[in-house]
Amino acid sequence: MWVYVIRRILAVIPVMAVVAVVVFLILHLSPEDPAAIIAGDNAKSEDIDAIRQRLGLDRPLLIQFLEWVGRLLTGDLGSSIFLNRPVLQLIGERVEPTAALAVTTTIFSVVLAIPLGVVAAWKAGTWIDQLIMGLAVLAFSFPVFLIGYGLVYGLALEWELLPVQGFVSLSEDPGRFLAHLVLPTIALGLVYTALLARMTRATMLEILNEDYIRTARAKGLANGRVLIVHALKNAAVPIVTTVGVGIALLIGGVVVTESVFAIPGVGRLTIDAVLQRDYPVIQGVILAVAGVYVLINLAIDLTYTVLDPRIRY
Amino acid sequence: MATPVDAAPLLAVEGLRTSFVDEGVALHAVDGLSFSVGRGETLCIVGESGCGKSVSALSVMRLLPPPPACRVEGSVRLDGREILALSEAEMRSIRGNTISMIFQEPMTSLNPVVTIGYQIAEAVRQHEGRSWAEGYARALEMLRLVRIPEAESRLKQYPHQLSGGMRQRVMIAMALACRPKVLLADEPTTALDVTIQAQILELMRELQEETGTAIVLITHDLGVVAEMARRVVVMYAGRKVEEATVDDLFDRPAHPYTVGLMGSIPQLGSSVEEGAARRRLAEIPGIVPSLRAMPSGCAFAPRCPLATERCRAEMPPLEERRPGHRSACWHWERAAEAIHA
Ligand SMILES: Nc1ncnc2c1ncn2[C@@H]1O[C@H](COP(=O)(O)OP(=O)(O)OP(=O)(O)O)[C@@H](O)[C@H]1O
Ligand code: SF4
Ligand SMILES: [Mg+2]
Repeated sequence: MWVYVIRRILAVIPVMAVVAVVVFLILHLSPEDPAAIIAGDNAKSEDIDAIRQRLGLDRPLLIQFLEWVGRLLTGDLGSSIFLNRPVLQLIGERVEPTAALAVTTTIFSVVLAIPLGVVAAWKAGTWIDQLIMGLAVLAFSFPVFLIGYGLVYGLALEWELLPVQGFVSLSEDPGRFLAHLVLPTIALGLVYTALLARMTRATMLEILNEDYIRTARAKGLANGRVLIVHALKNAAVPIVTTVGVGIALLIGGVVVTESVFAIPGVGRLTIDAVLQRDYPVIQGVILAVAGVYVLINLAIDLTYTVLDPRIRY
Repeated sequence: MATPVDAAPLLAVEGLRTSFVDEGVALHAVDGLSFSVGRGETLCIVGESGCGKSVSALSVMRLLPPPPACRVEGSVRLDGREILALSEAEMRSIRGNTISMIFQEPMTSLNPVVTIGYQIAEAVRQHEGRSWAEGYARALEMLRLVRIPEAESRLKQYPHQLSGGMRQRVMIAMALACRPKVLLADEPTTALDVTIQAQILELMRELQEETGTAIVLITHDLGVVAEMARRVVVMYAGRKVEEATVDDLFDRPAHPYTVGLMGSIPQLGSSVEEGAARRRLAEIPGIVPSLRAMPSGCAFAPRCPLATERCRAEMPPLEERRPGHRSACWHWERAAEAIHA
C-alpha cells in the first residue's frame, strides 16, 4: 500500500517535467519576439537587442531551459514583463478568490447532485426522476455567462438580495465573503451539478440491478440502507472520478465566471496576461494549473484505494 | 428427515401465478404452481433452465418488480400467514428473518465493498434490534457454524478474498443468521465445482438437522435431488408437471419430461474430470417453448417422443395417478418408454 502511494507520488515528476518543457517551448517557439513586445511598438532595434541580451534570449535554447528550470525549482517563476513583479507573487495575490470559488462550487455541486442522482435512480421512470433529469438537461444547456447574468439581474439588481459583483477576502469579513460567492458558485456550479447528477443516476441504476442489491433486499433491509450502504458505496469510485474530472473542467469555467462577476482571481490575471502577451505570467499560470491538475489526479487515485478494497497494488 | 414433519406446512404455496408485462402482453413465467414444505423437511424443485424456478422463489420472497411490470397472484402462506397480502414494510420484517433466500451466484451475490462480518451483522441488527457488537458476535458464531476456517479474521475480510465455496458458505451463514423457519436455496451449488458442491450440500443437511429449518431447494440437477430431498416437484414451462416422493419419482416416473431429465443425471461427488464432462438437463432434444408462444395443448408435446394428437390439442391436467404421486400427462403410464435420443 505505502509502496504504491510513494510510487504514485514519484510518478508526478515525469508528468511535471513534460509540462515544464511544453511551457518553456510556448515562449520560445511563439512567432513573436518577447524582447520586441517588452520594448514596445516604437523601439529601435538596438533597444530590442539590449533587452534580448539582458533576458539571456540570445543564448542556446538548452542553456536557457536548464537555467529556467533551475530557477523554477527555487520557486522563481520569473517576473511579469508589464508589472515588473515576480509572477509567483502575482499568482499568490489572486489565488484566494479562485480557490474559494472552486471549493464552494465543488461542495455546492456534490451536495446537490449526489442526493438528486440517487433519488432519481431509486424512483427511475416516475415523475420525480423525470423532473430531476429534466432540470439537469436544462441546467446543462445554459452557458455559464447566461446563467450568471440572469442571476445577477434577478437576485442582485432587481431584488438586491445579494451583492452584484466583486470579492471580499475571508479574513476581512466571512459573511460578505460568502455573500459574494453565492451567485458565482451557482452560475458556475449548475452545469457541473447536472453532469454529476446524471452520472450518479446512471451508475446507481446499473448497481441497483446487481445481485448483491437483491441479496441486501432479501435480508429485509430498509430502503435507505440498501441505497446508501450497499448501492452508493459501490458507486463511489465512478462518482469520485467524475468529481475529479469536474474540478478540472471548472478551471475553464472559472475564467468566464470571474469576468462576469468581476472577481479579481487567477482567471482575470490570465486574461490580462494573454491580452498583453505577458509571457512569464502565462507560463506561470499554466504551470500552476498543471500542478493542480496533477495533484487532483493523485488525490483521486489515492482515494480509490480507500473506497474499493479490491484495488490493491 | 430426522425431524418429524408437522401436520400444518410452514410454507404453503397455492396457485402461484407470476406474470411479466411485456409490451402490454402478460407472460406467465409461473402458472398455477402449488407446493408446500413442513418443518425440517426439504422439498426439491427441479426443471430445466428458464422453467420458472427462480421466479417462483422470488415471488415467494416478493423480490420481483412492483405491479405494473410484474404481477404475483395466488396464495403464499408462511406459518399460516398470507404474505402476498402484506405491506412492503411488513414484508421487510419477514425477509431474512422468518424466510431467507440464497442465490445461485456466490461470486456476485455478496457486496464487494462491504466486509463479510458487516453483511451478516446488519441482518441481525435489523431484525433483532441488537447492537453492532452483538451482530458481529452472531456473525462470528454463524461463520463457525458453516465451518469457515479462521472465522475471526474472516469477519474483516471482503468477498474477493474468499473462494467461491467459501462465499457460498458466507451466503448460507447470512441467510441463517436470524434463524429463519424457511430457507429458499436457489441452485446454491450450481456455480461450484463438484467436490465443493458435495461439501455445501452436506453442510446444508447438517444445519437442517440442527435447526429444523424447512428448505426449498431449487436445482436442475436430479443428482442433487436424490441426495437431498424426500419429495420433489418437477417444473416445465412455468407449471408443475409431476410431484412425488423421491423414491417414487426415480422408480416409477410418470412424466416423459422427468424421464428425459433422468437421462442426463450427473454423478454427484464424482471426480473432477467426470464433473467437467457433466451434462446439463437442457440436453433433452428440442428447446423450451417461449413464454410468448406456448403450445395450446401439452407444453412438452413438441419435444415429447410419446406425443399424440390429443397431447397437441388438450392440456393434460395435473392429477393424482398413484397415492402421493401427481402427474400432468395423458400417457403417464407409458412415461418410462420415453427414452430420449
Ligand atoms: N424480470 C423479468 N422480466 C421478464 N421476464 C422474466 C424476468 N425474470 C425472469 N423472466 C422470465 O421468466 C422465465 C423463468 O425464468 P427463471 O429465472 O425463473 O428460470 P429458472 O428456472 O430459474 O432458470 P435457471 O435454471 O436458468 O436459473 C424465463 O422465461 C425468463 O425469461
Ligand atoms: S401429455 Fe403427451 S406430450 Fe405431454 S408429456 Fe404426456 S405424452 Fe408427452
Ligand atoms: Mg434460476
